[in-house]
Amino acid sequence: MTKRVVITGMGIYSCIGENINKVKESLYNGTSGIVVDQERIAFGYRSPLTGMVPKPNLKKALSRRQRISMGEESEYAYMATIEALESANMSQEFIDKHDVGILYGNDSTAKSVIESNDKIREKQDTTLVGSGAIFQGMNSSVTMNLSTIFKLTGINFTVSAACASGSHAIGMAYQLIKSGLQDYVICGGAQEINKLAMGSFDGLGVFSTNTNNPQEASRPFDMGRDGLVPSGGAATLILESYEAAVKRGAPILGEVIGYGFSSNGEHISTPNVNGPSRAMKMALEQANIPANTIDYVNAHATSTPVGDANEAKAIFEVFGENGPYVSSTKSMTGHECWMAGASEVIYSLIMMKSGFIAPNINLKQPDEAASKLNLVSKTLEKKIDVFLSNSFGFGGTNSALIIKNI
Amino acid sequence: MDKEVIIEKINNFLVEEFEVEEDDIAPEAGLKETLELDSLDFVDLVVAIESNFGVKLVGEDFVNVKTLQDFYTLIEHKLS
Repeated sequence: MTKRVVITGMGIYSCIGENINKVKESLYNGTSGIVVDQERIAFGYRSPLTGMVPKPNLKKALSRRQRISMGEESEYAYMATIEALESANMSQEFIDKHDVGILYGNDSTAKSVIESNDKIREKQDTTLVGSGAIFQGMNSSVTMNLSTIFKLTGINFTVSAACASGSHAIGMAYQLIKSGLQDYVICGGAQEINKLAMGSFDGLGVFSTNTNNPQEASRPFDMGRDGLVPSGGAATLILESYEAAVKRGAPILGEVIGYGFSSNGEHISTPNVNGPSRAMKMALEQANIPANTIDYVNAHATSTPVGDANEAKAIFEVFGENGPYVSSTKSMTGHECWMAGASEVIYSLIMMKSGFIAPNINLKQPDEAASKLNLVSKTLEKKIDVFLSNSFGFGGTNSALIIKNI
Repeated sequence: MDKEVIIEKINNFLVEEFEVEEDDIAPEAGLKETLELDSLDFVDLVVAIESNFGVKLVGEDFVNVKTLQDFYTLIEHKLS
């Protein structure tokens, strides 16, 4: 007997808003969060474009011991998680009495690792790096910090799957709750934003260099796209079994009904059509719904020429003519990488709860593959009952989640 | 370095960096019991001493350090 899995809370710290209300406004208005980071020019970046969020001030909220173990991805994740727990009406008192778990997507802690090793090199002494460096530098930094701050006693690990990390974290949480192993899981994705984290990615030459018009640089599916724009922050969702949520009178925002996954088994960075297509089909099979039930697809589309075209082909292959509405919110946020799979479920949930589809901004002329899709380039007032969110990553990892209104 | 200066510097970083309650600062205060410093904090004490006084402590230096007075005395000896 499997359990139904529902979403009862969401919180976000993103370049288009540092909470759900601000993000809702930006999504509706098609507001871009992309800026030029001057530091990156001097550092040798090919492109200085990025999404940006302010550094959270946690001095009042957390003790010194808690703060010094946190790199920026953990700080963003803390902000998003506080909002998610509040929206789920899940108090610390409740957490203390139940096995609440955490599964969070994260795939780098570059700044923490580099800065601590720079200090060791300078001092020629490992002790003088201080006690926080090890906890900031491990890839599981977010889950180890949040699990101790919120005193969590359930499942506790980080999911690293490149730009699909956040999506797979939700998928894993869904599986654990569905199978009855957990009732409550905090899940999401976090992404550091700094020049040390993205230099090697920039080096591949896949970032947009449209510095004259930063807010027009990220243009998924558009003929004129010249690459992605990196971004970051954090996004947290609270997943629970339906029974547990009803029992505690929690607000229910939506139900996770499908999780599909696949691996391309091909190139390390170039995506294909078959892998994403199989992930979407698997999600539909798991949800046990026909493809035409999907009202909206939040595309992974990052604004790279090959990636967007291959995803467009995959979406067309799965949904055919007269398919669902499609947009890529990365046109506004840039590519939130390890965070994206979680944030884009939140963006889509906001749309579902508010009755609109956020635009794929900067879409002037779709390319050949994208022209077969039902792309939304202007904000559309539309009731969404079911949406699918795609996330793909380096190594050919693919994840597709299906969420139903409730 | 003058004894008073050493004490003042130590008290300052304990309050400012380690966020120890100012009212808890007293020579007889236990580092673990009163100031609530744990094993990880002792690593950061080594960092703070190095940056404030230019001397590097090692774990064995703390063997007989129980109170704040013991800590002041340790640093005085190291600087003398």
